[in-house]
Order: sequence, then C-alpha cells, then structure tokens
Amino acid sequence: MLKALTKMLRAGAVAVLAIILTAPSSYAQVRLDITRGRVEPMPIAIPVFPGNSDELMQMGKDVAEVIAKDLERSGLFRPLDQKAFLQELTSLDVQPRFADWRTLAAQALVQGSVDIQANGQIRIAFRLWDVFSGQQMEGKGFGTDAANWRRVAHMVADLIYSTITGESGYFDTRVVYIAESGPAINRVKRLAIMDQDGANHRYLTDGSALVLTPRFSPTGPEITYLSYFRNIPRVYMFNIDTGRQEVLGDFPGMTYAPRFSPDGNGVAFSAALNGNSDIYTMDLRTRRMVRLTDNPAIDTSPSFSPNGDQLTFASDRGGTQQIYVMNADGTNPQRISFGTGKSRYATPVWSPRGDLIAVTRYASSDGNFYIGVMKPDGSGERTLAQGFLVEAPTWSPNGRVLMYFAQGPNGGRTRLFSIDLTGYNQREIITPQDASDPAWSPLLP
Amino acid sequence: MKLRFLSLVAAAILLAACTTKKPETVAAVAAAPPPPPVAAPKPTGPAPDSLEYFNTVVGNLVNFAYDKYDLDAAAQSKLKGQAAWLKQYPARTLTVEGHCDERGTREYNLGLGDRRANAVRQFLVAEGVAANRLKTISYGKERPTCVTSDETCWAKNRRGASTAQ
Repeated sequence: MLKALTKMLRAGAVAVLAIILTAPSSYAQVRLDITRGRVEPMPIAIPVFPGNSDELMQMGKDVAEVIAKDLERSGLFRPLDQKAFLQELTSLDVQPRFADWRTLAAQALVQGSVDIQANGQIRIAFRLWDVFSGQQMEGKGFGTDAANWRRVAHMVADLIYSTITGESGYFDTRVVYIAESGPAINRVKRLAIMDQDGANHRYLTDGSALVLTPRFSPTGPEITYLSYFRNIPRVYMFNIDTGRQEVLGDFPGMTYAPRFSPDGNGVAFSAALNGNSDIYTMDLRTRRMVRLTDNPAIDTSPSFSPNGDQLTFASDRGGTQQIYVMNADGTNPQRISFGTGKSRYATPVWSPRGDLIAVTRYASSDGNFYIGVMKPDGSGERTLAQGFLVEAPTWSPNGRVLMYFAQGPNGGRTRLFSIDLTGYNQREIITPQDASDPAWSPLLP
Repeated sequence: MKLRFLSLVAAAILLAACTTKKPETVAAVAAAPPPPPVAAPKPTGPAPDSLEYFNTVVGNLVNFAYDKYDLDAAAQSKLKGQAAWLKQYPARTLTVEGHCDERGTREYNLGLGDRRANAVRQFLVAEGVAANRLKTISYGKERPTCVTSDETCWAKNRRGASTAQ
C-alpha cells in the first residue's frame, strides 16, 4: 500500500484521501445551466485558505487564487474581490455568517484550509456553500506532497464547477502544443507541455527536428505526433513520464496526422505512398495495421467517435477537401460538410461527448479561416471563431471548450486561444514563445 | 544650421526622386530595340556538373496552381532539363521537396506537398530517370520561401524544389 502510494506520488499524482466533510445535500439549489447561449457569471466568494504558519498561509493564498482564476476563465463565475469580505474564515469549522456574504451578492462561498499532517504531507480541504440557503453543497480534503498544491487547487476548482454546473470540469488538465521560434522561412518547432492555465511549462524536444501535430492519449501519459527526425516525416510516440520516444512502424512513405483511439490502444493516421494519402489504424499492442480508405484522394486527419464505432476524416475525393464520417472498419463513408462560399473543410475532431465534430473551414470567397462545429450528420453547423488563419481545434475533456491557434498575415505571431462552445468567452492562453497545434489532455488520473 | 540641414534634406529628396525615376526610363528604352545577339557562353560560369549549375542554369524549382499538383508547360520544360542533366551525370541523385502556400491547413498541406513532390518524381521517371535516384519529401506549409500574404508570394511557395546531391 505504502509502496503504491509512493509510486503514485513520484508520478506526480495526488493521493486523494478524499474525505467527505459532510454529505452534500441531495439537490443543489445554486445552479448554472451552461447549455444556454450566454450565461451571466455567478458571483462566488473565494477567501484565502487559512493555514497556521506563514508558509501554509502563502500556500492557502495561492490555492485560492488558482481556484478563482480557473473559475473566472471559464466565463461562468465572477470571483468577488477579497477586500470586500466582511467575515474572516479562520478555519474550516468556523460557521459562515451567511447574511454577511449575502450582502456582497455572493451566491456561492468556498471555505478552505491548508494543514500539515503528521506524515509531513499537506492537506487541503474545502466546503462549498450555497449562500442563500446556507447549505453545504460539497466538501472534500486532499492529502498530498506540498509540491502538488497547484493540482489540488485545480481539482477543487473542478469540483466547484461540476457541483454548480452539473458538467464535469476541465481544470486539472494539461495542454501539449508546438512552441515556435525563429524566422518564418526556417521555423524552429518544439514539443512543449503546460497546465491548461499555462503554469508548469516545459519543453519536451530540443528543436533539432521539426515536430508537428501532437495529440494526447486519452488513457495514459503518452503523446503521438509527427517528427522530421533525420528528415523522414514519421508518426512517433512520446512518453511524458519517461521521455522515451518511439517511431510508429516503418513505412515506405510519410506517415502523419496521428490520433489515438478512445481506449488508448490504437492510433489512426495517414500514410502516403507515391503521392496518395490513405487512412490506417494500428493496434499499439499487436502492431497490426488495418487500411481504412483506398482512394486516390488525400484522406487525412482521422478522429474517432468517443465510442470507437466511427471515424471522421477530411478528404478531397469530391473535388475539394470536405468532412466525411465512416464506420471504424472503413465502410460506408458519407460526406457531411456542404458549406457555402466555396468552403474547404479540414481537421475534424470528434467531441468527447460525441454530439459534435469541430472543424476548420477555409472560405475562398472571403479568404478567411473559421473554427466551427457540426453534428456528426452534418446538420447544425455553427461558426465559433474566425480570422486570417485559425486552425486545429482541440476539445476540453468535458466537450464545453475548444482551444485552437491563430496567426495574422505576413508571418505574424502564432498564438493559442480558447472559446466556449457557445461562441463566447474567447481567451488567449499565454505561452513563452509563439504557439500552434494545441492538444488538450483528458482529466488527469 | 537648421537651414543647411533642410537644404541637405531637400537634396536627398531630389536624389531619391532621380533614382526612383531612372529605372522607368531605362526600361522603356530597353524594351524597344530587339535583344542583342547572345554571345557564345564563356567557360567562366559554374561547371555543368555542379549543383550551382543545376540550381541556376537547369533550374531546380517548378510551381503549382492553388490546391493543384499538375505540371504546366513551363514546369514540364524545366523538368525535361532536370531529367537531361540527371542522365548526363549518372552519379547525381535528387531529393524533391513538395511545398504549399499558407492558405490551407497543416495536415492537408502535408498530403498536398507529397502529391506535388511525387508529380515531379513521376515526370522525371517517365523521362527516363531511374526511380532509385529520386527521393521525395513533403514539407506542407512548413518551409515557405516568402512570407508576404499575397498571391505573388503564395505562388512562389507552391513549389516542387529539387535538391541535387
């Protein structure tokens, strides 16, 4: 048990000694319906999580700040100014004076604490209160190494988000992307990884080989991506924990556009031979390969449906590139995109909820790119973002937010943005260098 | 002092006006008479088997239309020259790079660049160059030669670039 726990901690995991402080009420009165178009952000009070030393006090301040920033960036919450608070919550057991919090118009209150335990680990705990009814909606404690305080803050933010919206959160996640530097005609590109809020940034490759299009495994600490290592463009796997890189099979031509299957045991990708690109899958355990398309067109950007039954992909088999959906064995390909304005469609990515496919559209009628979504049958197409170049949408694990990259004309900066499925709440994700090809991780285990 | 500075500026403007005007006049005159007879090539240029000769005299670049990979008459004529050069120097091999403009998405452009590189390769093979002397690689939109966002620049970037070894 202890050994397993140590192993978990070494891997950066948080031992969730989840303690339900009191059972949450069977119904939550404070609710946000985020399926509607535009939501008025909910006022929420997040005081400093008190601790009984300067060090713990500082950590409690940082924890509260990370939680507030996560919730604020979601566009669904409006954390209130701590300076306006009338009551100091000195411990987790102090009863909130709800009348005081109501005068600030707070609808929800997060009461927390940071303690040090006998084993040297810290314990971060919180209660989420419905200010109007005075009822506790959620309460939990997390024991972990002090170094993991940030992750715990994201986990608390996820619990607050899910309790109030009824949807799972997406704050305890990471983003892998391509960091760009140097002149446009000879760009240096490196794999980089960071938390979804931009913290804990690090580079995974040194830039000596051109790398593109990283994608997270839905089940483990692995990335699949394209590398021009030794000037041969091939699909590779990268283990984030061990740093181990491995080429995905040996092919006579280029392999590219990789994406994991929903169970993490397979990868779908394009392989080019004599100028023709078709879609294949490979089982990572048996290395068995299956060819899914056999067409003189460019068939690329495969993405599985979350239940693994179907794939969506881009193909120019009809003249210009459009979006198709086929069965997982390659049968019954159906075109689903029929946009106006001489639209070309690309980069289809199936939502983790299964209900939508995110796409990039290029309209040669106006020369702009668009990020949009459509249902898997092609109906209900909506545009979420547009620009001179916007490309490569990636879904938050709850299917509520898309991240993508944008670039201005004349070799302008490449930058990452996120936007809600509603088309509101566009935010830039600040990175140390230029950034493209983002890929969102699942919720961390 | 100030006046002197101003007059210097005025002189500079006049000079600038002259220099910008001059080429137009020259061009107009040069266009009128028939071109002078071409002198016999002197043995001062790059050696015919050199990479410099291949790049500058034979020509290592062919261009493509938007979202297309067919070779027009100009490209075919250039590639016939490349094939003749390769047949003359059998120790030489070629890597053909396929490139695209920025008006497409990354993955599709990788496929399109692969198509373009292979269109060049297949033409050279049809012209009698052994297939094992020709390699291809697609760079999609990753390695433009020109970064202005207009059609002139995009046309330059849609290219098959042959590198001789």
